[in-house]
Amino acid sequence: MKVGLFIPCYVEQFYPKAAIATLELLEKAGVEVAYPLKQTCCGQPMANSGYEVFGQGASDLFRENFAEFDYVVCPSGSCTLHAKEHILSNKEGEPKLYELCEFMTDVLQVKELKSRFPYKVGLHASCHGLRGLGLARPSELMVPDFNKPLHLLEMVEDIDLVHLARKDECCGFGGTFAVFEEAISVQMGKDRIQDHQEQGVAVITGADMSCLMHLEGLLRRDKSPIKVMHIAEILNGQEPDK
Amino acid sequence: MKAAPTHAAAAAEFLKDSERSHWHDETLWHVRSKRDVSAQKIPEWEQLRTLASQIKDHVLSNLDNLLLQFEKKAQANGIEVLWAKDAQEHNEHVLRILEENQVKQLVKSKSILTEECGLNHFLEDKGYDVVDTDLGERIIQFNKQVPSHIVMPAIHLKKKEIGDIFHEHLGTDAGADDPKYLTEAARQHLRQKFIQAHAAITGVNFGIAETGGFVVCTNEGNADMGTHLADIHIACMGIEKLIPRAADLGVYLRLLARSATGQSITNYTSHFHRPRKGKKMYLILVDNGRTKQLGREDFRNSLKCIRCGACMNTCPIYRRSSGFSYNSTVPGPIGSILSPGMDLNKHSTLPFASTLCGSCSDVCPVKINIHEQLYKWRQVITKEGPPQVSKRWAMRFGGQVMSKPRLFELMGKMARKSLSISPRGFVYNSFNAWGKHRELPEVPKETFKDWYRKNRNHDK
Ligand code: SF4
Repeated sequence: MKVGLFIPCYVEQFYPKAAIATLELLEKAGVEVAYPLKQTCCGQPMANSGYEVFGQGASDLFRENFAEFDYVVCPSGSCTLHAKEHILSNKEGEPKLYELCEFMTDVLQVKELKSRFPYKVGLHASCHGLRGLGLARPSELMVPDFNKPLHLLEMVEDIDLVHLARKDECCGFGGTFAVFEEAISVQMGKDRIQDHQEQGVAVITGADMSCLMHLEGLLRRDKSPIKVMHIAEILNGQEPDK
Repeated sequence: MKAAPTHAAAAAEFLKDSERSHWHDETLWHVRSKRDVSAQKIPEWEQLRTLASQIKDHVLSNLDNLLLQFEKKAQANGIEVLWAKDAQEHNEHVLRILEENQVKQLVKSKSILTEECGLNHFLEDKGYDVVDTDLGERIIQFNKQVPSHIVMPAIHLKKKEIGDIFHEHLGTDAGADDPKYLTEAARQHLRQKFIQAHAAITGVNFGIAETGGFVVCTNEGNADMGTHLADIHIACMGIEKLIPRAADLGVYLRLLARSATGQSITNYTSHFHRPRKGKKMYLILVDNGRTKQLGREDFRNSLKCIRCGACMNTCPIYRRSSGFSYNSTVPGPIGSILSPGMDLNKHSTLPFASTLCGSCSDVCPVKINIHEQLYKWRQVITKEGPPQVSKRWAMRFGGQVMSKPRLFELMGKMARKSLSISPRGFVYNSFNAWGKHRELPEVPKETFKDWYRKNRNHDK
């Protein structure tokens, strides 16, 4: 099984720790992973702004970069969903694209993790992973309950996972929405943070660094002690920043 | 044409009153929660949604024949059926009916279609006093507003504000805001209007092709009160409100109220088939852009809507910006995919008033892929809507950078460098919308690529 690692552009630039944790997690699970250095972005920022056409170059590059792999794994629900819907159509002979958590639960079928994280943690359910990829049961759907990211977190020793009042409300990031609808984006982020705060979390985690970047921006401006960490970092047993 | 205020600007304005916006969010979230509790009790909820969606698929593919069948049956039942290609024609039909029957006083129960057609204004200009009998609608009519929500038209008003409005218009005690007291005052006031009315206008929730009958759902019974007392009943119906058979009705009735408010069924579900002896019943079938929408492959599904309002209650943006921020008759997620089809320029910012979180699509009882259609409207708007030079330029530039790995690394380096050496005022200023209330991420010592080159010796 040849696995290619796709790291979203902003994670590569600003959150290398999340990327490293993803790589190490996969390696620890015995997977042969390679990271093609010529990768950039999936083209989602352009497409979601209504300029699908300008994302074409990025899509072509994506296809080229990962043509030789059986699987492509990406630590972001949102980028995975975009690439699934617009770049790789899961045809015969094409690499199969997975978000990290679903790859671990569905393909690797991970049963245990050797990591410990003795902190109070709130899981933010990022929408594209939740509803687009089906990482968990969205609260709107009346189907049997499941939650892949939570299932993985529950394998971490000493972790204290909280229950949120609104377990899958959007954080308001939404790509360029965060800028073009600044006021409401900020309010949504603040409301999300408050929910976590009321449960007394030390760390907010999730499967999408973009939402966490937005929440972190608000937390740091507020000088809040709450940290954000990508789920891969927790699953990999990393400590929060001091 | 002058650009309408953007959704973003209207939302920012609403959010300035943070207490109100918070209250609005909580109020609607509460309704969404009631919907969840109620839907949970139906084991076959998801099957019902699928079925409801499929029946509407059938309707939309056979709309022409079903409408003709519906018309024939309705006529045979003694209903006078009229067709209106647009709002103007609809309004003129109503006016003509009123004139022909020498109607002086009329009452109207809730109908978003008549809002869409601007019927009240049209009739008021002709000297008619149109009395909305739905409590919420009467309140906003007093307050000279339009509905901010399709099911709960006055949801933007607090109890105290309603008390003030009633004090001014109905002479209730100043400062009184007890809902029971206010409702009683409204009841007395409306009773007079009901008794005096010669004609009653209603909307239509479902038209049944098989029987030629139609169904009106209300919680207050005001549609019944109006139609039972008046000699003339005028029912206004969008052509997409059709269902094939009476047997299909149960599917929708089970979904509608649960999705809307969490009730198992609306308090009144009234079936109209024919006029009573000596009375008249008219049915106006309105197109007003619907066949155009039907012809748009990517957007036709929006016509499945049964106007339950659940997508509004669930929408994190609607809840925090209120219905008025959409500046369209139908606000919220469904409005954002319907309205651009009516006037692309006026409503060009609506499909962007979303994070594409998808909650609307999952809550929708007829499974409209709302968030996917928002995405698709964005692609249309950047091509056919008002030009947005700087955004377009930025996206084109971004696209170029992202298609060239070396350029991407270089640009990344430059951005990271300038972020780490620039003084705060340089980065956080009025041009940086991100940074108004948020910090940018800290610049790490190395990128993942730098790390990978150093720590993994693959040459790929
Ligand atoms: S789009 Fe769906 S959820 Fe929204 S009002 Fe219509 S039927 Fe209800």
